[in-house]
Amino acid sequence: MRIGVVVFPGSNCDHDAWYAFSHDLGQQAEYIWHESASLGNIDAVVLPGGFSYGDYLRCGAIAKFSPVMAAVRKFADQGAPVLGICNGFQILVESGLLPGALVRNRGLKFVCRNVTLRVETSNSLFTSAAKRGQSLLMPVAHGEGCYFADERTLDLLEAEDRVALRYLDNPNGSLRDIAGILSERRNVLGMMPHPERASDRLLGSADGRVILESLVQSLVAASA
Amino acid sequence: MSALTPAELDKVRSILGREPTETEQGIFTVMWSEHCSYKSSRLHLRKLPTKGPRVLVGPGENAGIIDIGGDYAIAFKIESHNHPSFIEPFQGAATGVGGILRDIFTMGARPIAVLDALRFGPLDDPAHGGRNRRILEGVVGGISHYGNCFGVPTVGGECAFEPCYNGNPLVNVFALGVFRKDEIFYGKASGIGNPVIYVGAKTGRDGIHGASMASAEFAEESKQKRPNVQVGDPFLEKLLLEACLEAMRTGAIVGIQDMGAAGLTCSTCEMGSRAGTGVEIDLSLVPQRETGMTPYEIMLSESQERMLLVAGAGREQEVFAVFRKWGLDAVTIGRVTGDGNLRVKNHGAVVAEIPNRALADEAPLYDRPHNIAPLRPAAMEAPEIPPSRDLNADLLALLRSADLCSKRWIWQQYDYTVRTNTVAGPGGDAAIVRIKETGTSIAMSLDGNSRYCALDPREGAKLLVAECCRNLSAVGAVPAAATNNLNFGNPERPEIMAQLVETIEGMAEACRFFETPITGGNVSLYNETLGEAIWPTPVIGTVGLMKTAAPVTIPFKQEGRTVMLLGGIGSADAVRFGGTQYAKVVLSKLWGLPPSLDMDYEKRVQAALREIVNEELAESSHDIADGGLAVALAECCAGGVGADIAIQTDLRPEFALFHEGPSRAILSTLQPEAVERIARRRRIRCDRIGVTMKTRLRIGSHSDTWVDSPVDRLREIWENAFEGLLAPAHV
Repeated sequence: MRIGVVVFPGSNCDHDAWYAFSHDLGQQAEYIWHESASLGNIDAVVLPGGFSYGDYLRCGAIAKFSPVMAAVRKFADQGAPVLGICNGFQILVESGLLPGALVRNRGLKFVCRNVTLRVETSNSLFTSAAKRGQSLLMPVAHGEGCYFADERTLDLLEAEDRVALRYLDNPNGSLRDIAGILSERRNVLGMMPHPERASDRLLGSADGRVILESLVQSLVAASA
Repeated sequence: MSALTPAELDKVRSILGREPTETEQGIFTVMWSEHCSYKSSRLHLRKLPTKGPRVLVGPGENAGIIDIGGDYAIAFKIESHNHPSFIEPFQGAATGVGGILRDIFTMGARPIAVLDALRFGPLDDPAHGGRNRRILEGVVGGISHYGNCFGVPTVGGECAFEPCYNGNPLVNVFALGVFRKDEIFYGKASGIGNPVIYVGAKTGRDGIHGASMASAEFAEESKQKRPNVQVGDPFLEKLLLEACLEAMRTGAIVGIQDMGAAGLTCSTCEMGSRAGTGVEIDLSLVPQRETGMTPYEIMLSESQERMLLVAGAGREQEVFAVFRKWGLDAVTIGRVTGDGNLRVKNHGAVVAEIPNRALADEAPLYDRPHNIAPLRPAAMEAPEIPPSRDLNADLLALLRSADLCSKRWIWQQYDYTVRTNTVAGPGGDAAIVRIKETGTSIAMSLDGNSRYCALDPREGAKLLVAECCRNLSAVGAVPAAATNNLNFGNPERPEIMAQLVETIEGMAEACRFFETPITGGNVSLYNETLGEAIWPTPVIGTVGLMKTAAPVTIPFKQEGRTVMLLGGIGSADAVRFGGTQYAKVVLSKLWGLPPSLDMDYEKRVQAALREIVNEELAESSHDIADGGLAVALAECCAGGVGADIAIQTDLRPEFALFHEGPSRAILSTLQPEAVERIARRRRIRCDRIGVTMKTRLRIGSHSDTWVDSPVDRLREIWENAFEGLLAPAHV
């Protein structure tokens, strides 16, 4: 499958995502420059972690105006898979592709550590290979990863089974322990933890592969 | 501000054959500052071993480089940002990270790891505790801010506290990068007629005279030096990294150097001097952030995130295109000439003209007096050491102390997993990153122990080289090379200069013995505030090579395993107990001498340790260092598995548990006979001291029980103590 990895000038997990998909999963991964108005011929797009345009303003606030995000929005509107990791999740909420906001961590400090996640639904392109209730270990590394939304939105997300992942040991104060959410059409996933950093047991965990492999398997199934 | 001395000014006049202009005087002042010229230390630095079979580039370049095999090389160096971090902790530390990262990528290597060595005054100091906590939080915040955004993992380091750092904290940052062996770039302005190109951030008035500030002591008015501290922009640095590496791939770049200390001045004259060429620039072409800057200010600005490069004539556009893609300024500001001079013009008029060699290589060289005993802050004879009333409580006190407790609070603020190479992150004996391109890994360890060095700088330096190499061996890595940061007081005081000389000589002997040549580093002198010098604080960063494999880590993994003490219980006496953490924490004293080191025995222990780890005989491995055997055992229990330990010794219990003799490590294993065979072959002691078990750590000797504590309690204290020390409730 062809996986596009968007490169903003301040992306710093672009290579990690590229490496996980191409090296660990054997897929065809390619970079897409932030000034591109089209995504080219790809099956899924990844918005990687980092600091898009420095993010001295709100994280992702400038990225939403980039040419590539217009293309990503069109791609998502067609029902194609969009995976936003960390800064990618922040950009997705800023762009309105996902509801809510990601605000400063409750502890007011950047936090890097392994967290345990619970898969809340297997009804998505990104979690289809997982069992509901399954635990996944992978790192977080962010300063602004506290998921925030009004009660109505939170209730709606839960009612529509759109909370994909929850923290078992909430590192940032996210409301209702939310670590990752799906769009209404379930083709866009935003998550703060880094599955691409947990795609090789050597690095401490290979649980992130569940997310990445779900995506690849879903694409294969759809193209069959 | 350290200006030129009258004798130095005379030397300037004789070089130029006339009075220097104001700009020229400023240029000489920064280039001949201690920070840039190493004028007090150079004579002695020559004693350090710098060559080895793997060394490709030694001292004198922006970073040292060693061959790691498979057509790849690593560049690494450590540098201090002590003075700026005292004045403005957040930006001082942030720009310290920025500076060392540029040193790495200016050579063409992509930074893949950062470690830092930090020293502060005690967090609970009655007079300065509040300020010390604020400085620490600022420094950690600055490192986190810069490294995380840039996208380099901060994978380890160390942090300690002594009152001598109350007015003079230390921030030493180590960085390491990787590249192909045939893609090394040098800071050389080669090729007469080639364009000299300025890239990166615009020049402002920030950081003017930072280099000479770093070469002076602090007095009260130093607080007014805040404008001397630069402000860092890690996003811009990230753009600069990507643009430089991409521009290097075009083949259009001849030489490149970052603008760090002494900014445009240092980069122009050093690049010219290395190539034996002249460099002519016009300051009116330099991108400027402020209006009305004088030539003096532009030449001496230390604005961050700037690089100077020399391109092949006619290939400027290829370079400009890359920098334009990344949204950065890139302009030609001059050209390489054949006359060997740095010629600085402003709107066409010459404002400075100095031979490059005079600035970069002919700085004064001082043989400062040092033929007296090094300054010692403590008595030689041991006080009476009362028998401990409660050894268990002593162990808890050590685990709770600022030096020994877990520094998770610090390193959790650093992104240590970005770039997906971190095989072993912070908190272990050594950090390990894999090199994806070669399939091998690099282990790194930073170490410094100013208590030992205060008591005996020569022996202290040897001990820290030994410990660094032991840390690498504990994860199975073969030490390959090292970089050093020498933090000392005022070298014009003979008793301080003697500390420096003793340290360098001790380090030279140990580095030669352990085969870790010093490929570069940094000297930070004048670390004094109000006449009070810091203790001698050499910091060494050692790199080792190893296969890529699941790491052997500190915690015991399973119950029922044999616990082995490699190297033996060691020897201790009252005089050599005075530098220990027990003496510091329990007795509140410092005296005597550091532990004694038998380098030959140490080397055999390290070889055995590596062999045991690499043959996968050990389930856990931990070197014994600060706090001695008991603290090391408690750290082995931090994963939740305890141990029942019985020590056969005639040492008094305080010494047996807490002496810090080197050449020792703790292993847990299922194959004790195989471990013993290796130890016998290496002619070192190896004792079975106990068995791992659930939930408790018990340590005893003969029929006495010395320590008995639930593992959960040890861990709880050790892991949470640091936050407690920082909490306002503690004030």
